[in-house]
Amino acid sequence: MKKLILFILLISYSFLYGQEPSGRTILEKVDANYIAENRKVISTMIIKGRRSTRTLQAQSWIRGVNKAFTEYLSPPREKGVKMLKLGDKLWIYSPSTDRIIKIAGHMLKRSVMGSDLSYEDYMEDPKLSNMYNAELAREENINGRDCYVLELSAKKEGIAYYRRKMWVDKERFLPLKEELFAKSGKLLKRLVINEVFKVGKRWYPKKMVFKDVLKKGAGTEFIIDYIEFDVKIPEYIFSKASLRR
Amino acid sequence: MIRFLIKGLLRDRSRSLFPVLMVSAGAFLTVFLYSFMKGMMDDLVNSNAKFDTGHVKITTRAYEEMADQTPNDLALLGVNSLLERLRSSEKNMVWTPRTRFGGLLDIPDERGETRAQGPVMGLGVDLFSPESQEKDILNLKNAVVRGRLPQKKNEILISEEFAQKLGVKIGEVATLIGSTMNGAMAIYNFKVSGTVRFGITAMDRGTIIADIKDVQYALDMEDGAGEIVGYSENMVYNDDAMLALTQRFNDKFLRDDDEFSPIMFSLSQQSGLREYLDLVDVFGGLIVLIFVVVMSIVLWNSGLINGLRRYGEIGVRLAMGEPKGSLYRWMIYESIIIGFIGSILGTVLGLAISYYLQYTGIDFGAMMQKSTMLISNVMRARVTGWSYVIGFVPGLVASVVGTMFAGIGIYKRQTSQLFKELEV
Repeated sequence: MKKLILFILLISYSFLYGQEPSGRTILEKVDANYIAENRKVISTMIIKGRRSTRTLQAQSWIRGVNKAFTEYLSPPREKGVKMLKLGDKLWIYSPSTDRIIKIAGHMLKRSVMGSDLSYEDYMEDPKLSNMYNAELAREENINGRDCYVLELSAKKEGIAYYRRKMWVDKERFLPLKEELFAKSGKLLKRLVINEVFKVGKRWYPKKMVFKDVLKKGAGTEFIIDYIEFDVKIPEYIFSKASLRR
Repeated sequence: MIRFLIKGLLRDRSRSLFPVLMVSAGAFLTVFLYSFMKGMMDDLVNSNAKFDTGHVKITTRAYEEMADQTPNDLALLGVNSLLERLRSSEKNMVWTPRTRFGGLLDIPDERGETRAQGPVMGLGVDLFSPESQEKDILNLKNAVVRGRLPQKKNEILISEEFAQKLGVKIGEVATLIGSTMNGAMAIYNFKVSGTVRFGITAMDRGTIIADIKDVQYALDMEDGAGEIVGYSENMVYNDDAMLALTQRFNDKFLRDDDEFSPIMFSLSQQSGLREYLDLVDVFGGLIVLIFVVVMSIVLWNSGLINGLRRYGEIGVRLAMGEPKGSLYRWMIYESIIIGFIGSILGTVLGLAISYYLQYTGIDFGAMMQKSTMLISNVMRARVTGWSYVIGFVPGLVASVVGTMFAGIGIYKRQTSQLFKELEV
């Protein structure tokens, strides 16, 4: 009888334990939500600086994790500025000078259009499970949503944010809050997703606020105006020639 | 009496030559070091005033807190109206707006791709307004090495050393990659109209000078400027007057509740220049003190040796009834004459070399490759009124003090022993 009770307890424990997904599994589900073969996005960036607020609109074509092309649509001063990411290379095109500039080295740390995002953020591999080991730390409730709290640590050196803390919605597998840390443990950036929406089968952020905690200002609000997954994107879009088109 | 003393000194060279040489050397070093240090510090102050601090500088409180990062997002706005008010209220000053900026200077090839690139520090100054004196203040006409000064929109000057490093020719396009006032990436095409050499390593390493209006457009800072600098009309810095002006301005414009309200600083309140100036005074005093102490010890020793050599003479004079005090005073009078002559010789030599270095200078350029200070590579001496008199302080004091110590031996001579000693 005792052996039977022990057996049932062991089975129950392993069953219960098996219900709790591992950090890696959660992260892979987050990646699955974000990554798509192809997507086209129109977004608005509201940059709330120390002295003024600026609004920019951009259109992006993204293929997998390695190719991205962005064209700024407004305001007039920024209209026509284009950015091309091919693997680990990034170029920016300025129509007023007709120059294509490669962004490399310390320039990657600079702000994109004065926002709280850096070119390094833009260059980052969006597939987090490629870059980070994840551990499930605990569970918390954020704005009425139950979340897994993941502690992410970089798999290799040279990553912009050595450590991340991520609050992932238990049901939708979408991060609702993120804190990004330097290797020293210093908090560098904070991301809060305020609104989500469902596109096909996946949940996606609609409105989010990036805050570079080292900068003064109220952060940068990023709004997805339009998103379409698995659209056909002509190959020429992801070429340097398309920057001048 | 003086003639008698001089005769004695001239006829007994061993009594005068070495002490005079010693005093001359000390006076020479004092005059030369003082003049050279004065020249160096004046150059530092002038270079800083011309290129950085002005005689006074106006910026925002927020900008000033992070000034070393040239945070143009925190720059002054409404510059034109502020300039108008300054020009009408402070008419004995020259006011001019400036914007500093950093970034990369990118030289394209024929396909518009990067051919060469390097970090650059830029200075936007008023080059084209008829009332602007910037070309004279920055001595741009004399600094041109190749090409000419900017005459049209978007033309820039680039430091010669930097131009050679990038392989950029006159008339070529140079693209500035920097940050706008909003923090966005600024990409702007300039045309190189000429190259300049400032003779200041920190600036020759990589500087461009552009018209402020072009810089305002490139950095999206309409009616904005990093700073407004002011110079007194005669270009002579008067600390008291500038401090008073600073106080007047700040009382009127500075608001505690607005980090972007304008704030004024005088030259001495910026970049620790007050401390530098105080340091020069301290070092000047220290040089004199060191030479007084060292020369006093040497002349004391010289006096002791002299005392031994003149042992017999002093003994005879004491034996003949000359009071010890009188003998001691005679020796001090002698030392004053030696000190005076030595000081004149040393001062003349020090002034001659200082005057020479005031015009030619010494080029320390090779030793200042990594310097970030706004100081000329060619360091010059500067002869001032003090240069004429400063050598007399150690010359006379050391000579007298040395003799006073050495002469104490006179009081130790026992009159009863004199004849015994003289027999020896």
